[in-house]
Amino acid sequence: MHLTDENLIYSETFPGGAHWSMRMRAGNALRLVDIDGGANVAMLMLNPENPLEKYNMPDTLKGQHTFKLTQGNTLFSDMGRAMCSIVEDSVGWHDTATGTCNRRVVEDKWGHSSYQNARNDYLRNGRDSFLIELGKYGLGKRDLAANLNWFTRIEVDDAGNLIWGEHQSTPGDAITLRFEMDAIVIMHTCPHPLNPAKAYPRKPIRYEIRELPAPAMDDECRLARPESERAFENTRLYHQVKGGQS
Amino acid sequence: MIKVSEKLAEQASHSHIITAGDYWMHVVKAGQIFRILDLEGNQAVDTLLYNAADPAERYSATDTIRQQGNVYLTAGTKLLSSEGNVLMEIVADTCGRHDTLGGACAAESNTIRYSLDKKCMHSCRDSWLLAISEQDVFSMSKRDFTHNINFFMNVPVTAAGGLTFEDGISGAGKYVEMVAHMDTIVMISNCPQLNNPCNAYNPTPVEVLIWDAL
Repeated sequence: MHLTDENLIYSETFPGGAHWSMRMRAGNALRLVDIDGGANVAMLMLNPENPLEKYNMPDTLKGQHTFKLTQGNTLFSDMGRAMCSIVEDSVGWHDTATGTCNRRVVEDKWGHSSYQNARNDYLRNGRDSFLIELGKYGLGKRDLAANLNWFTRIEVDDAGNLIWGEHQSTPGDAITLRFEMDAIVIMHTCPHPLNPAKAYPRKPIRYEIRELPAPAMDDECRLARPESERAFENTRLYHQVKGGQS
Repeated sequence: MIKVSEKLAEQASHSHIITAGDYWMHVVKAGQIFRILDLEGNQAVDTLLYNAADPAERYSATDTIRQQGNVYLTAGTKLLSSEGNVLMEIVADTCGRHDTLGGACAAESNTIRYSLDKKCMHSCRDSWLLAISEQDVFSMSKRDFTHNINFFMNVPVTAAGGLTFEDGISGAGKYVEMVAHMDTIVMISNCPQLNNPCNAYNPTPVEVLIWDAL
């Protein structure tokens, strides 16, 4: 993957404990950089043409026989399509199975804080952040689904117990998501609900929007598994593009 | 965890056999005990739960997994809602492990997992779509489909971060039983999948039984 000034469309440093959303266009990539290490970027993705279609955790995991997400994996929608693919990852393991923090989790772990007493430093929670951003598109509680937790590593032992990974992301770690179809991206930087930190972790990130070449027929993510290849083919059919380009 | 129930089938106030590939949608009242019985063994039962008073509050696989600190469901598991409340709690289980990561089969996911021409095979999400259309008293739409429980299904996660679909550990006569903490809409698809071992390649009927609160 080439990072050049020419393919950079936009770049912004984004604080921890905050939320935002954007429409990503097919062919462009969203690159996330963990500035200080230990960040968490929680994310949902929906099809702007029909938000009933969205990133689907079980379909993505079972379709690639994986519990973790990393470079080479493709994110599948519930409609069987490749929504976006992970074309760069320096971390190696990202969680998508353990959800996001809600008001109760934040209060239990990090204490009560409100706008009244802390103004804009109040401890935001992930669920409210998702609902605020979803609301901008006329969506709400019924549109929530299992989210991605970029930069957070949650392992599982033989008995199924969750383990906060010893090796979490470090300063400068980055992941690049190449969008194979247009998507509403809903995201926040509130802490992962299993983060053991004593104080509310407020970890900034940088996000970049870049223009990338369309995936070639021998693209790493497309050919990672036959399942991925079929998902790319379903996206090509959705776009009704001739030949082998999605 | 294996835990046997003392409930007797003949004392149930309601029972129903869900034939292979069919759906069942029913309100289980707070305090009632609800059992799913695997009649012939190795049958995946794709289950969604909703607060009957406000179906926007529904079963959340991610909250359930995280709050209990374990990816498998068994006796003692509190089935949490998207609001963090307990919908139901598993109180007996003779199978020992149930899945909530594998989701439900659909025409579209069949095209990814097996081949593009498998989209015409019957699927769980087809059964749910028919359920919400026929049972329109619940005013649900596809918006209300979320990540489900697969009772009796065995989907081990490996320490290296893999996800595998293994032969079932359920057998004829095994059951799972839960108590409702609130009035709960239960929507089940008795899985028709023929392409993987979740139903031992032969979908079979299951029985649901309900006992009233004492």
